[in-house]
Amino acid sequence: MATLDRVARSLLLTEIISGMALTFSYLFKPKVTINYPYEKGAISPRFKGEHALRRYPNGEERCIACKLCEAVCPAQAITIEAEPREDGSRRTTRYDIDMTKCIYCGMCEEACPVDAIVEGPNFEFSTETREELLYDKKRLLANGDRWEPELAKRLELDAPYR
Amino acid sequence: MAKVTVDGIEVEVPNGVSVLQACEAAGKEIPRFCYHERLSVAGNCRMCLVEVEKAPKPIASCAYPVADGMKVFTDSPMVRNGRRGVMEFLLINHPLDCPICDQGGECDLQDQAVAFGKDASRYREEKRAVKDKYLGPLVKTIMNRCIQCTRCVRFATEVAGVPELGATNRGENMEIGTYVEKALTTELSGNLIDICPVGALTSRPYAFVSRPWELRKTDSIDVLDATGTNIRIDARSGEVLRIMPRTNDDVNEEWMADRGRFAFDGLKRRRLDRPWIRKGGKLVPASWMEAFTAIAEGFRGKKLGAVVGDLVDAEATVALRDLMAALGSTNLECRVDDAAIDASRRDFYTFNTGIAGIEEADALLIIGSNPRIESPVINARIRKRVVAGSFPIGFIGPRGLDLTYGHDWLGEGGATLAALAGGSHRFNEVLRAAKRPMLILGRGALTRGDGAAVLAAAWQIAAQNNMLQADWHGFNLLHQFGGQVAPLDLGFTTGIPADVQGLWLLGAEPGGVPEGAFVVYQGHHGEAGAARADVILPGAAYTEKDATWVNTEGRVQRGRLAVYPPGEAREDWKIIRAASELLGARLPYDSLDGVRARLAEVSPAFAGAEFTPHGCTDQTGPAGDVAAVSDAAFTPSVANYWQADVISRASATMAECARTYLPQAAE
Repeated sequence: MATLDRVARSLLLTEIISGMALTFSYLFKPKVTINYPYEKGAISPRFKGEHALRRYPNGEERCIACKLCEAVCPAQAITIEAEPREDGSRRTTRYDIDMTKCIYCGMCEEACPVDAIVEGPNFEFSTETREELLYDKKRLLANGDRWEPELAKRLELDAPYR
Repeated sequence: MAKVTVDGIEVEVPNGVSVLQACEAAGKEIPRFCYHERLSVAGNCRMCLVEVEKAPKPIASCAYPVADGMKVFTDSPMVRNGRRGVMEFLLINHPLDCPICDQGGECDLQDQAVAFGKDASRYREEKRAVKDKYLGPLVKTIMNRCIQCTRCVRFATEVAGVPELGATNRGENMEIGTYVEKALTTELSGNLIDICPVGALTSRPYAFVSRPWELRKTDSIDVLDATGTNIRIDARSGEVLRIMPRTNDDVNEEWMADRGRFAFDGLKRRRLDRPWIRKGGKLVPASWMEAFTAIAEGFRGKKLGAVVGDLVDAEATVALRDLMAALGSTNLECRVDDAAIDASRRDFYTFNTGIAGIEEADALLIIGSNPRIESPVINARIRKRVVAGSFPIGFIGPRGLDLTYGHDWLGEGGATLAALAGGSHRFNEVLRAAKRPMLILGRGALTRGDGAAVLAAAWQIAAQNNMLQADWHGFNLLHQFGGQVAPLDLGFTTGIPADVQGLWLLGAEPGGVPEGAFVVYQGHHGEAGAARADVILPGAAYTEKDATWVNTEGRVQRGRLAVYPPGEAREDWKIIRAASELLGARLPYDSLDGVRARLAEVSPAFAGAEFTPHGCTDQTGPAGDVAAVSDAAFTPSVANYWQADVISRASATMAECARTYLPQAAE
């Protein structure tokens, strides 16, 4: 009897039909893929993307060259050199991040006492050469200027959990 | 002796020591800010609180003497609570600017706040603000950070001997500063940076340059004065960023002179970093091979000589000696300043008493030397002895010199020296009455025409006034640079004849180079010697080689390589070894161990014996006619402390100091 059942199921293609029915049912469900370059998925406020150096609202750069990010960086991707600026304040003369070394752990962001170095929402910064991924201070500050509204919003959203 | 129990550990300590010292003897660390081993006790930070059995309140252990049978607790709830409270008070007015503070990472306050403080402050009011003070071109002040431990005030007053720092006002308004705005007039100001437990006093040239965790630390020896200060060279990526003293109680305690500490930026400027050859009257860049070939041609069949400068290590010196011997020359010289030093016996040209020995002396005669600028650290040791009490000091030299301690000015020059040598001077009485008298003869006093006579007269004074005993040697020659004693040990005293045709200058800038002689200059900075040279070989400075140095005591010390020499420059003994190959006089060693074995062969001083205080076994004096001492006055031998050698002359920091302290000397 059991043998008859099994033979009947095979001959009547019931597995295939139930499988196809499942496939067919997805035709009427909302689709999960997105049309990537034109559509983008939502990301968390804690997403760790491309780095940026932020400024204060009056345009003064936040970074004070304390070198804590350099010290904490597990990939040793950050290089900082500092000297007194004309007004005597402590500023970097060089702030380089080697994005090819960076592992996007976000420790630099955690270590920063003035919220100067942050990892922003941008993940679309692929380049054609390695050299373009060696970011310097100018590039990082430019990133900060471009992304500032979003960076500030993200920090605000994450603030209750810090 | 008193028996003290610290946390259940029983220790025996001498009567009269503090509870803090007893705790240290028991191996318990007591946090402290104002207490410093080498300064007087102030007892004003209150961080060193401990509990003593039967005492109702915690006591400040640094200022509390031990008593027999005392029971001390360093980790009881009362102590922990007390320290936490003290720390909270200290942090009330301390700004939270560790990220921009140069002390960050090596700060006593930071470390102790983590170890003994609370995790958060309850203080919500305004913090006080203090105006920054100007203390000169070397020390930067951020007075907001000051916790008023007064270590700097006590250092300046007690060790440096310049009572220029002090505290004004009281309580909340207390401020540390010079009463009138001025640069501190001391050659030891860099030590203020070391003793400041917070970031109130930091190094101005080092401002914001680096963090302590980035630095590679190398132990070495300072050669910019003859003290032989033990130093630690902090370097990052091939660049020396700062120099700090190491503790060595026999030499520099934990102090260091400013020139040695801050002149290193001269190592990056005006360097010789590749070989040069003179072609058609002009110096042109060359390769090492071309340079050596040019030397081989230039030296062929000529009468040769070699001169060693003031900052040269023993390894290079012995290699040069062997090269010259192999080339058939014994014309060797190291006394570039023409000092009439008699090198026939070691005690004629070393600081025999030893730097630590100064503390055992009970009378001192200084002849033609200004120890304050020739060796500020030795001067601090003399001052320490003065402060300890009853230490008469006679001084022959310029009148009105500020040595940071009181001294009896005996006269300006030769006449006084002759009177003392004759035994008829009033100071002879003082010396004869002393049990362990000593004299310090400045190297500068021997550069005069009658230098040999001055040396003989000084020895005669030593011999006749009880300074040369079987267990006490009171005759001391104070040199000026760290490379001046080693070549004397290695026999660089035969002299250069006037008709020499080929000269090898190893870091030396001698005056009378004969016309038409073929000159090889090997060194790290090019001044007159390099300008005159036919071939220039770039050498390594003291931070850039594993080398042996001999200080004015005759103490042999090793420095280690901290950074590599710039460009094509090489360690000096290696250059000489390589040159020997092309000159057809191959030297038999090709490793550092080989050179050092050879050093020990040439002079027993390098055989590895430690410096020990020694007595005088032979009272026969150096050759020299005491009667020939002229009446001329002794002149200061180092006119410009800040720019006394090739390295400091290339240093921007030292130029700034010279502008500040010697406005008349600045160009």
